[in-house]
Amino acid sequence: MAKDKKHNTEIVTKPKWFDKDSVTIPMLQILKEDGSFHKDADMPEYDKELIVKIHDTMQFIRILDERMIAAQRQGRISFYLASRGEEAASVASAAALDFGDMIMGQYREQGALAYRGFTVEQFMNQLFSNEKDLGKGRQMPVHYGCADLNFMTISSPLGTQIPQATGYAFGQKMDKTGKCTICYFGEGAASEGDFHAALNMASVYKVPVIFFCRNNGYAISTPAQGEQYSGDGIAPRGIGYGMKTIRIDGNDAFAVLKATQEARRLAVEENEPVLIEAMSYRMSGHSTSDDPTGYRTREEEADWQAKDPLDRLQKWMMNEGWLDKDHVEEHHAEVKAKVLAALKESEKVPVPHVDELINDVYDKPTDMLKEQLDELKEHIRKYPDAYSKTSGRLD
Amino acid sequence: MAKMNLLQAINSALDLAMAKHDNVYSFGEDTGGFGGVFRATSGLTEKYGKHRNFNTPLVEQGIIGFANGLASQGSYAIAEIQFGDYIFPAFDQIVNETAKFRYRSGNEFNVGGLTIRTPYGGGIAGGHYHSQSPEAYFAHTPGIKIVTPRNPYEAKGLLLSAIFDKNPVLFMEPKRLYRASTGDVPEEEYTIPLGKAEVVKEGKDITVLGWGAQMEMIEKAVEKSEEDGVSCEVIDLRTISPWDVETVTQSVLKTGRLVITQEAPITGGFASEIAATVQDKCFLYLESPIGRVCGIDVPYPLCHEKEYMADHLKIYEAIKRSMNY
Repeated sequence: MAKDKKHNTEIVTKPKWFDKDSVTIPMLQILKEDGSFHKDADMPEYDKELIVKIHDTMQFIRILDERMIAAQRQGRISFYLASRGEEAASVASAAALDFGDMIMGQYREQGALAYRGFTVEQFMNQLFSNEKDLGKGRQMPVHYGCADLNFMTISSPLGTQIPQATGYAFGQKMDKTGKCTICYFGEGAASEGDFHAALNMASVYKVPVIFFCRNNGYAISTPAQGEQYSGDGIAPRGIGYGMKTIRIDGNDAFAVLKATQEARRLAVEENEPVLIEAMSYRMSGHSTSDDPTGYRTREEEADWQAKDPLDRLQKWMMNEGWLDKDHVEEHHAEVKAKVLAALKESEKVPVPHVDELINDVYDKPTDMLKEQLDELKEHIRKYPDAYSKTSGRLD
Repeated sequence: MAKMNLLQAINSALDLAMAKHDNVYSFGEDTGGFGGVFRATSGLTEKYGKHRNFNTPLVEQGIIGFANGLASQGSYAIAEIQFGDYIFPAFDQIVNETAKFRYRSGNEFNVGGLTIRTPYGGGIAGGHYHSQSPEAYFAHTPGIKIVTPRNPYEAKGLLLSAIFDKNPVLFMEPKRLYRASTGDVPEEEYTIPLGKAEVVKEGKDITVLGWGAQMEMIEKAVEKSEEDGVSCEVIDLRTISPWDVETVTQSVLKTGRLVITQEAPITGGFASEIAATVQDKCFLYLESPIGRVCGIDVPYPLCHEKEYMADHLKIYEAIKRSMNY
């Protein structure tokens, strides 16, 4: 076999084309849809405590999502975005990480944040944009962030967090922290230029980053296959950038746990960036502003309902004796009560003081901003009824 | 005539443009059979096929780069960016490519057939990333026209002009008014010239100028000022770039006073550009400083949206300040 010495490339003398069938990427599955294990599967490291925590977090998020969609319908919050169907992907991946690892999400990873310990009160304060919200009420609902929990604040523009994750991980590596960054995004965001820049740079710099793609089938109304991409999903792109890549069943908490545990080891011990493509389905609409009946069928939704990640995990846990119906029901009732209580409480908390309007634009407000705030307050004093959320406390 | 809201007027303009020429294409994120997140393109796939009205992958720089190429080939490319806030990945394609295509090639090539449609503006609880008014970034770039309508009638006539104008146009749609603004709109094709402001209401004491959704705020403010006995002349700029200096300065020479309002933050906004030109051309005629009623210099906030907005009460106060100067 002749080789080009400089590039170590095999030389051929007849055209040899490659296409999407040249590389076929399988999907890792450990827990079958019927709730039993594949017999020969490589298992993740786990114990009862870990699996119960994963389960309870998934259940918590599902209840929170249900209640908050209802709250939006009632006009109590302006907007909501649910993660139903994708709880295993965000929760079990977060469970494979060290607490000190950074999480950079897109906007459907409330499960990872809950796993880290974000409280129901903290969720509510953000959703109601009140003065207890860590983000000071400035962003739309579900744009969470928490420095104490190493969860970067969410930004709506798609894909912007992906190259940021590469940069963050570069810093972690240089500081010898022994930590990594996980970056979540959807298959739609993987079309953005930022995705390609991020993977290429991570691969060139060899940084400890885990790119976790939640391939949930839809970007708002645009179906993944045929309209978002015509290749074999997102995974082959990782290989193209010279990166360790795996495709997994995103509705199988054990596959998610196993793949992310291995990815973390590769990232932290070998400085290998990793791409995980988790195959799943967005069971809810894109957001409360979206109605999926306009672009997909009930049959398709029913097919995926049968693969539900929470049902599947519960089946296995019950067979194992790690969960019983009473626990599920008690936990459900307990979470629901907590969510409702927090909702009622947060609703009553006022929006931040109007002085907060000019804070954090820079490290300190500029003189011009202070002047603009003074003018605004003078104006509000003239028309207190028109600005009722803030006019009650201007001093 | 038919009663239409602003979205229906835009849809009607797109429909007529696509019916007129086979090489008019409409595309963007979710704009295919689904009709876009605001439904501006609904029905177009059924009528003209999925090769003329279609979904793009989720990549704004790709959408505008593709549109530049399609327009340079001689087709009419109508590209939707889902929200004005998401136009920035395409900034390079717009600023360095769209706007310079003709000039850099010595007119060997051009992208005159390109129209970029994008919803802009706040007042819809959209927070930082569904509320911005990015016109000034683009007004700083010679080579692209910027147009924004205030109501359904204007939207249809201006959009048809934009699509067939021989220059690339950024067409900014006031999304707060998409369904809120309704009016009588001719069902057939008509155009409203680009680069021409409209004196919406004549008056003699003060000129009040704006564009897009701010025209609704001006209307309410002026109503209140007129109750105080102030005669206001109201101008809709309609085209932000290149703007109609003549109509604006003629009005200010008459009234001697000017208040300009925009949704975007005050610093570096297009109101400042207008103020600079007007003081240059009307200096000795001005009775008071030119007033600017704009957003505050902070990212568009969710919880303090009401406080942030350049609303009718702030415009009314600015008119009063100018009159009492």
